[in-house]
Amino acid sequence: MKKESWKELTLGTINLDAGNSVKNLTGTWRSGKKPQFIEERCIQCFFCWLYCPHFAIEVDGDKVRGINYDYCTGCGICSVECPTKEKAIVMVKEEVKLFEERAK
Amino acid sequence: MSKFVTLNGNQTIGEAARQIDPDVIAAYPITPSTAIVETIAKFKADGLISGEFVCPESEHSAMSLCIGAASAGGRVMTATASQGLALMWEMLYIAAGLRLPIVAAIANRSLSAPINIHGDHSDTMGARDSGWIQIYSENCQEAYDNFIQAFRIAEHLDVRTPVLVGLDGFIISHSMEVIQVEDDAEVKKFIGEYKSLYPLLDSKVKMTVGPIDFTDYYFEHKRNQLEGIENAPQVIEEVGKEFGKKFGREYGFFEGYRLDDAELCIVAMSSAAGTCKDAIDELRSEGKRVGLLKPRIFRPFPHQRISEALIKMKAVAVLDRSSSPGAFGAPLFTEIRSALYDYEERPKITNYVYGLGGRDIKIEHFKEVTDDLEKIAETGKVEKVYSYINLRE
Repeated sequence: MKKESWKELTLGTINLDAGNSVKNLTGTWRSGKKPQFIEERCIQCFFCWLYCPHFAIEVDGDKVRGINYDYCTGCGICSVECPTKEKAIVMVKEEVKLFEERAK
Repeated sequence: MSKFVTLNGNQTIGEAARQIDPDVIAAYPITPSTAIVETIAKFKADGLISGEFVCPESEHSAMSLCIGAASAGGRVMTATASQGLALMWEMLYIAAGLRLPIVAAIANRSLSAPINIHGDHSDTMGARDSGWIQIYSENCQEAYDNFIQAFRIAEHLDVRTPVLVGLDGFIISHSMEVIQVEDDAEVKKFIGEYKSLYPLLDSKVKMTVGPIDFTDYYFEHKRNQLEGIENAPQVIEEVGKEFGKKFGREYGFFEGYRLDDAELCIVAMSSAAGTCKDAIDELRSEGKRVGLLKPRIFRPFPHQRISEALIKMKAVAVLDRSSSPGAFGAPLFTEIRSALYDYEERPKITNYVYGLGGRDIKIEHFKEVTDDLEKIAETGKVEKVYSYINLRE
């Protein structure tokens, strides 16, 4: 994503490109852990979808289908809130990449 | 037709506010600016102001309200002083960062502790890095004239930056003076229509005002913000000249009093400059070649213009009505001394802090300063770079 110079910015910090946060891949913030969705344990309570601060729970029709890793920051709230005895979302290790690599 | 009326400094601001009639006035009363808010409230109650007049619960809320109203697209003003301005502090930076042309009248007053209600410049000097343009007034007439010009400067498309107009607490805010009030229609014509560039109330444009910036954009936005205040000098000059043409009182970046053939110069802002002029008349009659330079604009600091006016002097005394604890001199002094650095031949310069908490400065004090300047000019040596006037040692 090309970043503007100070001369190209709109006066007064106004952002006229409303909704452009979709271009900000918050998934690059993850640092070592990511949630893993185990579909057969899921009771479709939607708690993870409700609590996720980054709208990263993927829903297909009326079913939770998994996690959008482009936006998942790895905060783990989904896993904590998952109410099933054997959690349908567990945090697993992932390799930490340098920011530049992750943004690719 | 303009008319001569007797008003105090606070009333002159109220009168100018009635004539300008901004869309929104949000202010919380605080001594010595209370009468500005009272005057405006009375005008509103009497149906002489059509804009909204809001009384929020604090100065922080008053400035927040101004920011909201200005973002919505309105012409906005407020008034405050001292602790009130201090309470607005974080919002001042936001108003400037969002490039909102809000105008504030500040009845300059000391800051606590110890608590004191009288005039000095500690409040606005504390806000000198907030990004606001700062204009200082010597008397009620200048407060009125500066306040009207402030709207033109703030709202100019090349500037779009908030402006504060200082008038010394009590010395100006509460002193009656005969001032020339211009015709309502002429004042309205002079300031013209205000058009917001990105009014939030325009539902056709999707936008975010003041979104978060991290390491990747904050620096660029701050540099972008500087353009407004850096463009201000040209606009300040144009507006000051146009004001002179229309109303007969021209304004620039500073006023020089008997400067042309002066060898010694006193630099003083606001009301003290009035007393200084009398002192200079007396000193001149004694054959002393002393003059006054009274800065009107402190932000953006007119460094080149002031340097050029001072460069031929033998000795310069900069008088500050505030202190900057731990700094190498008070605010006005450090600006001027720094501005002179690039000149190979430059005058000797010394700094005096005076008038904190409303302590009087009299003709005799300016004479003492002139004695010091004579000594400095004679010996070429500044014995004390930093000293105090009328302080019990």
